[in-house]
Amino acid sequence: MHPIISISKLSKTYATGQQALRNVDLEIRRGEIFGLLGPNGAGKTTLIGAVCGIVRPSAGSVSVGGHDIVREWRAARTLIGLVPQELTNNAFDSVLGTVRFSRGLFGKPPDPARLQQVLEELSLWERRDSRVMTLSGGMKRRMLIAKALAHDPQVLFLDEPTAGVDVELRQGMWQAVRRLREAGVTIILTTHYIEEAELVADRIGVINHGEIVVVDDKAALMQRLGRKQLTLELQAPLDALPPALAARGLALAAGGRELVYSYDAQAEASGIADLLGELEQTGVGFRDLRTTQSSLEDIFVDLVRQRR
Amino acid sequence: MNLHAIRAIYLYEMARTGRTLLQSVVAPVVTTSLYFIVFGAAIGTRIAEIEGVVYGAFIVPGLIMLMLLTQSVSNASFGIFMPRFTGTFYEILSAPVSAFEIVVGYVGAAATKSVILGLIILATAGLFVPLRIAHPGWMLGLLVLTAVTFSLLGFIIGIWAEGFEQLQFVPLLVITPLTFLGGTFYSIDVLPPAWQTVTLFNPVVYLVSAFRWSFYGIADVQVGASLAVTLAFLAAGLAAAWWIFRTGYRLKA
Ligand SMILES: Nc1ncnc2c1ncn2[C@@H]1O[C@H](COP(=O)(O)OP(=O)(O)O)[C@@H](O)[C@H]1O
Ligand SMILES: [Mg+2]
Repeated sequence: MHPIISISKLSKTYATGQQALRNVDLEIRRGEIFGLLGPNGAGKTTLIGAVCGIVRPSAGSVSVGGHDIVREWRAARTLIGLVPQELTNNAFDSVLGTVRFSRGLFGKPPDPARLQQVLEELSLWERRDSRVMTLSGGMKRRMLIAKALAHDPQVLFLDEPTAGVDVELRQGMWQAVRRLREAGVTIILTTHYIEEAELVADRIGVINHGEIVVVDDKAALMQRLGRKQLTLELQAPLDALPPALAARGLALAAGGRELVYSYDAQAEASGIADLLGELEQTGVGFRDLRTTQSSLEDIFVDLVRQRR
Repeated sequence: MNLHAIRAIYLYEMARTGRTLLQSVVAPVVTTSLYFIVFGAAIGTRIAEIEGVVYGAFIVPGLIMLMLLTQSVSNASFGIFMPRFTGTFYEILSAPVSAFEIVVGYVGAAATKSVILGLIILATAGLFVPLRIAHPGWMLGLLVLTAVTFSLLGFIIGIWAEGFEQLQFVPLLVITPLTFLGGTFYSIDVLPPAWQTVTLFNPVVYLVSAFRWSFYGIADVQVGASLAVTLAFLAAGLAAAWWIFRTGYRLKA
């Protein structure tokens, strides 16, 4: 099956000289939820902007649904809905008015029933006549999603959709995203939280300093990324590791004063309970313990190093 | 052609006008009425008729032009500046709409509003002074053409402006002086010859002159020249708008 979006050798250097995208190659499959993961300033918003016609690429090409975004810009853009990262502030408009505007702008004939459906799905129908300025941050975000969906796009970009949205509403948002995918919409969302990408995405691409570092299925990637470490501060230093503990993959550190256990954070059973039992049996006492997870930054550093 | 988009932009802008109806209609009407009371009734009675037209009536076309120009520029510039300012412009940039369609939507709405306003002011003027319209078809045509041309100028200013000061700068410091010096309150025949020549570089002279001709059949400059100047101005505006969207000037990073 042809990819719905294909990005080839895309680069962007801003007027300031800032190189935000470097030779990006990326294909998005039809019907998937693609998580674009990267720290602040990595180039996520720039990448989306280039696909959507908001940022002028410096080099490279993009096609959406087989339409080149420059030569066949109209056909390409009709397929896309965009939810921007920044909340907009069209204070005096009504919710329904602004959503109706979006549908027309994307070339679709008026369809009040469809707009009602979109607003209902995002729990905004009750607020249809409210002015935008009276909405909470979470509602504004949903209103922007409603605007992006008003013309029934095949591809939906969600740029950091959970920024400023509380945990409860996030659940609702992910449910809505999954429903959209069931309806055949391809979704590309950006985030700088691993957990978030993990929760909803089918495939994940990691971007750092304007370069796509890795693209992989979620499961495969999580295994690579999701290592956790348990460090135990021992009551008495050990000269050597008891064989039973060595067999579990533990290692001594800090001159025998600490025991380190690395495990897969994704695994059903981490084995920690067993491990603690084992320690008790072998009579190894510990004063304190801590767990650490490699931060996203560490992971990027690792990934970049692996590639070079 | 994305007609749905043009319609959406047009209706959206007209709805915005509806929300600010009071300030957008009442203010200009009050201002114009004041002009009539001061220049028409109070001072005007002491000024001789100009080419057979009483002074109060003589200034009507110029006053309508004054309002038409300032309102067209400020409405259209505000209409396109707001989405840039509030951040909603991303949507227009990402939509399947061409520069021309965007211009038709925004400029069309601003011009519609100006034309309605012009007609309201005309009706208001009728309450103060005796009006005569020799060429109603031309009068309406010139009203529309001027409204469109200056709404387009406003549109360009709205894209160029980086703040509210700049937005107000042009109407206040360019349009108003040019209109006052453009024969709104006098026939340029009364000026010394040297100043008459200077005045001919003021585009507003052509608008006011042609517009007054449509009322009273008297003109400072040839009607044909007026039309040519206005159309040239319109063409320059369209070219500028096309260039803006082509290069993404002030719109795209
Ligand atoms: N309009 C702009 N002009 C200049 N530099 C920009 C502009 N927008 C973004 N940048 C820079 O480009 C880089 C990528 O930014 P962005 O795409 O917003 O990253 P992300 O969305 O991943 O946080 C950053 O270094 C940012 O400062
Ligand atoms: Mg961003």
